[in-house]
Amino acid sequence: MTHIDPAEVFLTEATELLDRLESTLLDLGDRPQDRALIDTAFRALHTIKGSGAMFGFAQVATFTHDFETAFDLVRQGEVSVSRPLIDVSLSAKDYIRLLIENPDGTDAVIGAAILDELQRLVRPGAGADAPQVPVPAEAPCPETAADRPDWHLGLAFDPDILRNGTNPLALLDELRDLGARSVTARTDAVPDLAALDPARLHLGWDVVMPGSVTREAIEDVFLFVSDEMTLTMLPVEATGSVEATGSLETAGSAASAPAPVQPAADEPMPAASPAAPSEAEARTPPAAARRTDDQAVTTVRVQAERLDALMDRVGELVIAQARLNQIAALRSDPAVKAVAEEIERLAAALRDTTMGIRMVPIGSLFGRFRRLVHDLSRDLGKPVAFVTEGEDTELDKTVIERLADPLVHLIRNAIDHGIEAPERRAAGGKAPTGRILLKAEHAGAQVLITVRDDGAGLDTARIRAKAEENGLLSPGTPLSDHEVHQFLFAPGFSTAREVSALSGRGVGMDVVKKTIESLRGSIDLATQQGAGSAFTLRLPLTLAIIEGLLIRVGDGHYVIPLSAVEECVELPEADREARGRSLLNIRGELVPYLRLRELFGCDVPSEPHQMVIITALAGERVGFVADQIVGSHQTVIKSLSKLHADVTMFSGATILGDGSAALILDVPQLLAAGQARAGIDLHGSNLTEAA
Amino acid sequence: MSLAARAESPQAPAVPGAAAQEGTRVQALMVGIADEIFAIDAGLVREIIDPLPPTRVAGARPHLPSVVNVRGAIIPLADLRVRFGLPPRAASPDTRIVVVELAIDGDPVCVGLTADKVHEVTEIQFSDARPMPRVGLAIRPDFVRTLIKWNDQFVIVPDLEAILA
Repeated sequence: MTHIDPAEVFLTEATELLDRLESTLLDLGDRPQDRALIDTAFRALHTIKGSGAMFGFAQVATFTHDFETAFDLVRQGEVSVSRPLIDVSLSAKDYIRLLIENPDGTDAVIGAAILDELQRLVRPGAGADAPQVPVPAEAPCPETAADRPDWHLGLAFDPDILRNGTNPLALLDELRDLGARSVTARTDAVPDLAALDPARLHLGWDVVMPGSVTREAIEDVFLFVSDEMTLTMLPVEATGSVEATGSLETAGSAASAPAPVQPAADEPMPAASPAAPSEAEARTPPAAARRTDDQAVTTVRVQAERLDALMDRVGELVIAQARLNQIAALRSDPAVKAVAEEIERLAAALRDTTMGIRMVPIGSLFGRFRRLVHDLSRDLGKPVAFVTEGEDTELDKTVIERLADPLVHLIRNAIDHGIEAPERRAAGGKAPTGRILLKAEHAGAQVLITVRDDGAGLDTARIRAKAEENGLLSPGTPLSDHEVHQFLFAPGFSTAREVSALSGRGVGMDVVKKTIESLRGSIDLATQQGAGSAFTLRLPLTLAIIEGLLIRVGDGHYVIPLSAVEECVELPEADREARGRSLLNIRGELVPYLRLRELFGCDVPSEPHQMVIITALAGERVGFVADQIVGSHQTVIKSLSKLHADVTMFSGATILGDGSAALILDVPQLLAAGQARAGIDLHGSNLTEAA
Repeated sequence: MSLAARAESPQAPAVPGAAAQEGTRVQALMVGIADEIFAIDAGLVREIIDPLPPTRVAGARPHLPSVVNVRGAIIPLADLRVRFGLPPRAASPDTRIVVVELAIDGDPVCVGLTADKVHEVTEIQFSDARPMPRVGLAIRPDFVRTLIKWNDQFVIVPDLEAILA
């Protein structure tokens, strides 16, 4: 293992926790009564605080502590969740992120303002200094607190707890913060010096806590280590007389745990009865915490570069295996054939597994947009319900990362331009709350991602007017609505009458389209006046391997991505020598076609029976004439060298079974080239076929 | 040690002896293309391989007409003859591909050079550098870093980045 910076680990962990916190808060906005969500948010805060302190992010720890303290009131049910509370909590979460990313450059005044606001909401009438009030003061029934007997705590930790990064001293410090009267170490288990393993914990502790501290407050301290320790909690006077030994082990796991006295664990102690109603809730967190612990065991963090290296190796293995197959096919030795088949099977399984490793559910990306929608909806005064579907759909990690910006743009557009203001919606007989659907689904080897709004739909006439104004279209040219809509993807094209605060943030629809195409995907849109519009992104499952159609043109082999191929037909004899018009009648529809031989400047005599591969991209169909269709070919994509950056017709290369390189056709580019060529043909000056 | 860096000083004709004192000795691969011999910094050379079946790249510039698969990596195959205005020649038993790694715009780029013959790796000295003749050289002067003398023969130290760019 390479050296890992602990602070780096914290940053990664904190980012994840903050993401979880954000989505939980947003969920909480929709379901304010959901206690599980409140607990999840609280746990995330608690962990950020704990690890922040551990890794020296003092400001983070302090701020989070105050945030947590305020949020604790929500958790205890004293304050109900409200819209403003969620908004403030979200800004508090953003502030924590700022503190983590740039502790020195962050203005503490902002933090104080957020906390003030938070205080105002959770405790009307309390002053700004309220966050400093320690947890015990918020005990539900302070009037009875003083009468309660002191607690005697026995702490016995799992000896291996230090290896897991838990610092028992920090826990003791937390107890001191709660007002611990005395802390005594149990040293009876410490072995002789020779047998002492410094990485194991041999100490236990006896702690006396004031009775004013609630049982929950104490249990909360040990929330995250409850699986690795035994906590006994007894009122001091009652020691030995009341069977009230509490173990944080949940009932389900109690049987196997070495907890001393189990039967009484679920019975509230007489002295603690005022707090009893919240017992049930207090016990939920350990169960949930345990669940996350289990997850930590089954997932491993791996650097993306290592995965890339693994993918490269597997890619080479697949190629080598294809060559082995070819050699084995030429031999009549059944043993060699058997081994070749075995290796083929293994290589295929290895390839699938490796690709699976890189796959990430798209839900992780969708989660980010909920905040965007929440903020935009508030800023623009348009209530919007954001619905996501298919969060489990898996996509290559690289694809997901590069999808973020285009999707932000599409969603922003949908809210800014698509969804109408509530009054207009009401006038149109629609529900005042707009709806944005973000949906992912599998379609063969592709993933479709749709951003659909139920807004006004595209104004075709306005787009057309704008295109004419910009000189993209000569007035009066007959175009279908679909063709008119394509102008939205032209660089610098905007129909917004006025620049809003949301426009001009750097990404235009042309950039969205380019990004999607660079991912070997395509973008399509459908719209209905008054009913909304939908943008659909089609993306390949992975960037590393494609299913291709291997074709031969002259003496060269080429691969067409199978996702673009619609069908293959034989070139009719009449068209074989045709020079002028290059149109094919496919079931009554005219499809233009291109002779790849011409495009590639191929000088080998053509075959008598040529094939046309019909490709479809964003609704446009174009045929490519090849000499032969060799077959389907699963292929590892290799990018072309920087020195070949000027090559437009190919998007990459792959290695064939015989070890030679074959180029992968860049269908969108060829389509563009073909359309330009078609224009020339119409003017009767078509290029002569190279003979 | 990079030939490019070292080649700067001998090009200053004012102090012809200065380069020698700096001890500018460089290991170089002597490569024959047509009748010329080129000295390529051995530090740039990744490997020398037998010719591989090239795959023609339609639409590419004439001096980078094809790609080859060198053990799983697809690299462009450069034809320096085109750049030097030399007529094409069919492969002979001596033909080799010299794979070099260059820095193009700061990124390492591997490229194969077709050589009619690979002679040997030898140590060249820039003290042997000769000033560039203004005439009499078939090759564009900006493709040549300098000329040196080796085995009583003039050898061209090419500027590969400029040639391939």
